[in-house]
Amino acid sequence: MTVDETTGFHALAWKEPIIFQLGEKGRRGFRVPSTEEEIKLTVGDVLSRIPEKMQRKVAPKLPELSEPEVVRHYIRLSQQTYGVDSGIHIHGTCTMKYSPKINEALARSPKLADLHPLQNVETVQGVLEIMYQMQRWLCELSGMDEFSLQPRGGAHAVFSNAQILRAYHKVRGELEQRREVITTVLSHPCNGGSPAAAGFKVITLYPNEETGYPDLEALKAAVSKHTAGLMITDPYDTGVFDKNIEEYIKIVHEVGGLVAIDQANANSILARLRIGDVGADLCHFNLHKSFSTPHASTGPGSAAIGAKRELAQFLPVPIVKFDGQKYYLDYDRPRTIGKVGEFYGVIPNILRAYAWIMTMGAEGLQEVSEVAVLNNNYLVKKLLEVKGVSLPWYKAHPIRLQEARFSLQRMKEETGVGIADVNRRIIDYGLQDMETSHEPWIIPEPFTPEPPETTSKEDLDRIAQVMHEISQEAYTNPDIVKTAPHNAAVSRIDSTPSSDPTRWAMTWRAYLKKMKSEKS
Amino acid sequence: MLKEIGVKTVEELFADIPEKIKCRKRLNLPEPKSEYDVKRHIEGLLSKNKACTELISFLGAGCWPHYVPAVCDEINSRSEFLTAYAGDVYTDLGRYQSFFEFQSMIGELVAMDVVSFPWYDWGTVAGDAVRMALMITGRSEVIAPRTISPERLSVLRTYCNGQADIGLVNYDRESGQLDLADLKNKVSSRTAAVYIENPSYLGFIETGVDEISDIAHKQGALFIVGVEPLSLGVLRPPGEYRADIVCGEGQPLGMHMCYGGALLGFLACRDNGRFVSAVPHRLITITKTEREGEWGFVYVLPERTMFAARDRARSFTGTATALWAITAAVYMSLLGPQGMRELAEGIMERSHYAMKRLSEIKALRVPAFNAPHFEEFTVQFNSTTKPVSEINKTLLESRIIGGKDLSQEFPELGKASLFCVTEVHTKSNIDELAAALEEAAL
Repeated sequence: MTVDETTGFHALAWKEPIIFQLGEKGRRGFRVPSTEEEIKLTVGDVLSRIPEKMQRKVAPKLPELSEPEVVRHYIRLSQQTYGVDSGIHIHGTCTMKYSPKINEALARSPKLADLHPLQNVETVQGVLEIMYQMQRWLCELSGMDEFSLQPRGGAHAVFSNAQILRAYHKVRGELEQRREVITTVLSHPCNGGSPAAAGFKVITLYPNEETGYPDLEALKAAVSKHTAGLMITDPYDTGVFDKNIEEYIKIVHEVGGLVAIDQANANSILARLRIGDVGADLCHFNLHKSFSTPHASTGPGSAAIGAKRELAQFLPVPIVKFDGQKYYLDYDRPRTIGKVGEFYGVIPNILRAYAWIMTMGAEGLQEVSEVAVLNNNYLVKKLLEVKGVSLPWYKAHPIRLQEARFSLQRMKEETGVGIADVNRRIIDYGLQDMETSHEPWIIPEPFTPEPPETTSKEDLDRIAQVMHEISQEAYTNPDIVKTAPHNAAVSRIDSTPSSDPTRWAMTWRAYLKKMKSEKS
Repeated sequence: MLKEIGVKTVEELFADIPEKIKCRKRLNLPEPKSEYDVKRHIEGLLSKNKACTELISFLGAGCWPHYVPAVCDEINSRSEFLTAYAGDVYTDLGRYQSFFEFQSMIGELVAMDVVSFPWYDWGTVAGDAVRMALMITGRSEVIAPRTISPERLSVLRTYCNGQADIGLVNYDRESGQLDLADLKNKVSSRTAAVYIENPSYLGFIETGVDEISDIAHKQGALFIVGVEPLSLGVLRPPGEYRADIVCGEGQPLGMHMCYGGALLGFLACRDNGRFVSAVPHRLITITKTEREGEWGFVYVLPERTMFAARDRARSFTGTATALWAITAAVYMSLLGPQGMRELAEGIMERSHYAMKRLSEIKALRVPAFNAPHFEEFTVQFNSTTKPVSEINKTLLESRIIGGKDLSQEFPELGKASLFCVTEVHTKSNIDELAAALEEAAL
C-alpha cells in the first residue's frame, strides 16, 4: 500500500479478519459482576429452576477475545469508515453537516443516560422541559400548531403521517372511499413506501420536462373523491423548490384531501419558509439532517412530525405538556393514532438538536440556509465546467437550493465511464463517494452532491478539481476509472451472492454452513 | 463566491421560493448562545433529573438497567462511526463489517441463520415480523398472548392498522403460561402467525414453546418469538424450538437507558428466499473480493426494499439504529459465550434473591405466577388499601424507584407491580427495597 502519486491518497487497508477468526477459546474481554456469596447461599442453583427442555445446552458461539483485542478490532473498523469528521463528505439528500462536539458531550451526560422512561415525571423534569421546548421551537419553525417527537426516522415520520391521514378520514366516515395517496417521483422513496405500508394505493406524478416538477393539470387529473392526501418532499433532491406548492395544497384541499410535506431537505428553508403558513396540514423535519444530530452510521436518527390544530388530536402519544407548574406526558388523547414506537423517541438526538438550535438562534438558522445554498450554487457553477457533466432543468433553474442532481450521461456516451465508475474513482482521491439518486433514476447517470453550511470554499474547490481530473481520466484513460477503486481499503467486491440464496450469508454461521456444503 | 455564481446578493439564490410564501416574521427562538452558555443552560436543566444511579431503581418493562462496559461507549463515540451515514462499502468497509458481525452474533444468540440490519425497537420489529408473516402466508390475522407488553401491543396495533386483526389468547392464572386450549381454538387457516414473548412481559418464562410451535405450524401459521437477549445466555434459543421469525430488544446489549431513547430492535428469520424477500430492511452478506485475504460485503436483494421498490415494497425502511448495532457487537464480543451465560445466571441469582426476600413479606404475593422467571417478576399488594402509585410515592421518599404499576394494564392481578432486578443490584439494594416495601405496603 503506497500513496498514489496521481491522487495523493491511499486509504488505510488493515485486511481485518472477521471477529470470529480472532482470539482463542476461553479468552474473554469482560468480567461479569460477581454475585455476593450470601445471595448465592440463599438461592442455590437458580439454573435448575429452568425446566430441562428450556435450558440452553450449547453456549452461543460468540467470539472469545480479550478487551484489547476487541478494542483494536473495532478501532480498525472505525478507521475504515468515512464520516463527516474524516474528510469531504457531501452525500446528497442526507445533509452531512458537522455536528458540534459539545452537543455530543451533553447527550452523553449520565443525567440523561441513566434515566428510565417510566420514572415518576417529577424526577425527570429536566428532560421533559427540553422535549417540550423542542416541540414549541419546531412549531415556530414550521408554522404548525403541535409537534410529536416520536418518529425515529424520515420513513417512520411519513408512515405516522399516513396513519394520521387514515385516522382523519375514518373519523369523517370516508376512509373506505379515500384509498389513494398522491406523491411525486422526485420525493424521497418513503413518500411512496410508507403510505403503501399504511394500506394506501399510491399514485406517482412525474415532473414536466421543462419545469422539473409536475404540472398543475397532472395533479388536477389525479385528485378525486378517492384522494386521502398528497405526500411529497419539498424542496426536491434536485434543489428545485416546487413553486406550485400553494396551488397543490388548494387543489388537494378542494377534494377533501390532506397535505403532508416531507421536509428532509429543510436545510435550505430554515427560518425562511414555514410550510404551515403555506397551508400544509402535516410535515416533518429530520433532526439528523437539518438539525445537526450525527448520522451515526445510519441511525439512530429522529424525525419530528408537526400538525395543524385540527389534526393535532391524531398525533402519536404521548406529547409533552406543561401545566404551569410541571411538565408531564399527555396520553389523554382519545383520537390519537396510538404508539408508533416504544416510549418517547430518540431522546439523545432531541437533546442534541435542542443544543444546536440554542447555539444558532433564529439568525443563525437563517445563516445556515444562506451558507448552504451559497455553497451549493458555487459548486454547481464549478461542476458545470467539468467535461461530461450536465444539470437537467438548468434552463428553468440555473440557481438551486441545498443541492443539485447532475447527470454524467454525456460522459457515459462519449467515454463509457458512468457514475458507478466515477463514484468508485472519487474514493481514490480521498473523498467520500456521492449520492447517485433515489430510485427510479429519471435522470440518467445521476449524482447529487449536497455541500451543507459546514463545507469550506477550499473543500468545494477540491471537489471540483477532483471531478475535473476524473473527467480528464475518463476522456484519456477510461480504464483507470472503470477499474477503480485502486486506493481503497478493499479491492473490487464480488456482488454476485447478493441474489444467490446458495451463497448469500448474512451471518458467520450461515457462511460456515454454506462453505462446508460447497466443499462437499 | 457570489461573483462566481453571477448574482449580487444571497437573497437572489432563493428566487425559486415565491415571495408571497416566504416567512418575513421574526421567529420566536432563543438568541444565539456561546458553547459555554449552552453547556451551562443544558446542564442546569439536566440537573433537575434524578438518575436511576442516584436512587435505587427497579424499573424494567421494556428498557432495562444493565451495566455498560466502558469499551461500548469508547467505540460508539468514535467519530468515524458517529458521523458516517450511507457511504459505499469501498469507503465504509469497517461499518459494513461491523454490521455483518452484529448480524452474526445475534444469529448465534437466537440460533437463526438470517439476521437483518437493526431497527427501532422490539415493538416495531415485532410489527415487521408480523407484516412479513402476512406477506409470506397471504393471511390476515395474528395471535398474541394476553400477557404481551401493552407498550409493544400498541405499537403492533399501529403497524398492523388496516392490515391484520390481532387476536389475544388467555393465560393460565396460576402459571402465567399461554392457555394452549384457547390457542388451539383461536388459531385457524386464517392465522398468519402466532407471536409469543420469552421471557414474557410479566417476567416468567414461557415453557410450552414446542406445543405452541406445533399448534401454529399445524395450521400453516408462522411462529414468531420475541426475546430479551441476555436471557439467551441460559435459555434455549428460539431457533431450536422452530421459530420462523425472531425479534427482540437489543438495548441490554451495551446501551444506556437514555429515558427510553436508545432502543435497538433486531430481526432474524429462516434462510430461504421466501423469508428473505419479505424482510423490509437492509441485509448484508459477506462476500469475496479480487485480492486474497480480504472480506467484502454487499446488500442482499436490494430491489426488495422501499429504497428501490417504493410503494411496491408495501413496507418501509430507512435511517435505523446502526450505531447501537455496532455497540451490541462490541458488547457481545466482550462477554463471549461464557460471559453471556454467567451474566444471565448472575441476574437470575439476584432476581430470585429479591423474589425470596419480598415473598417473605406478609402483605405481598411474589411472584403472581408459579413459573420460572428471569429478571422481572410480579408483586401483588394484597392487604393494602393504597393504590400502587401511592406505594411508589412512599418508596421514592426512601430514594427507591418501585416497579412498573400493572394495575391498569392487568386489572385481574389486582394491585400489582412489575419489578426488575439485574446485575446492577446489590444485596443491600434488595434488602433496602424489602424493608421499605414492608412499611409502604401496610
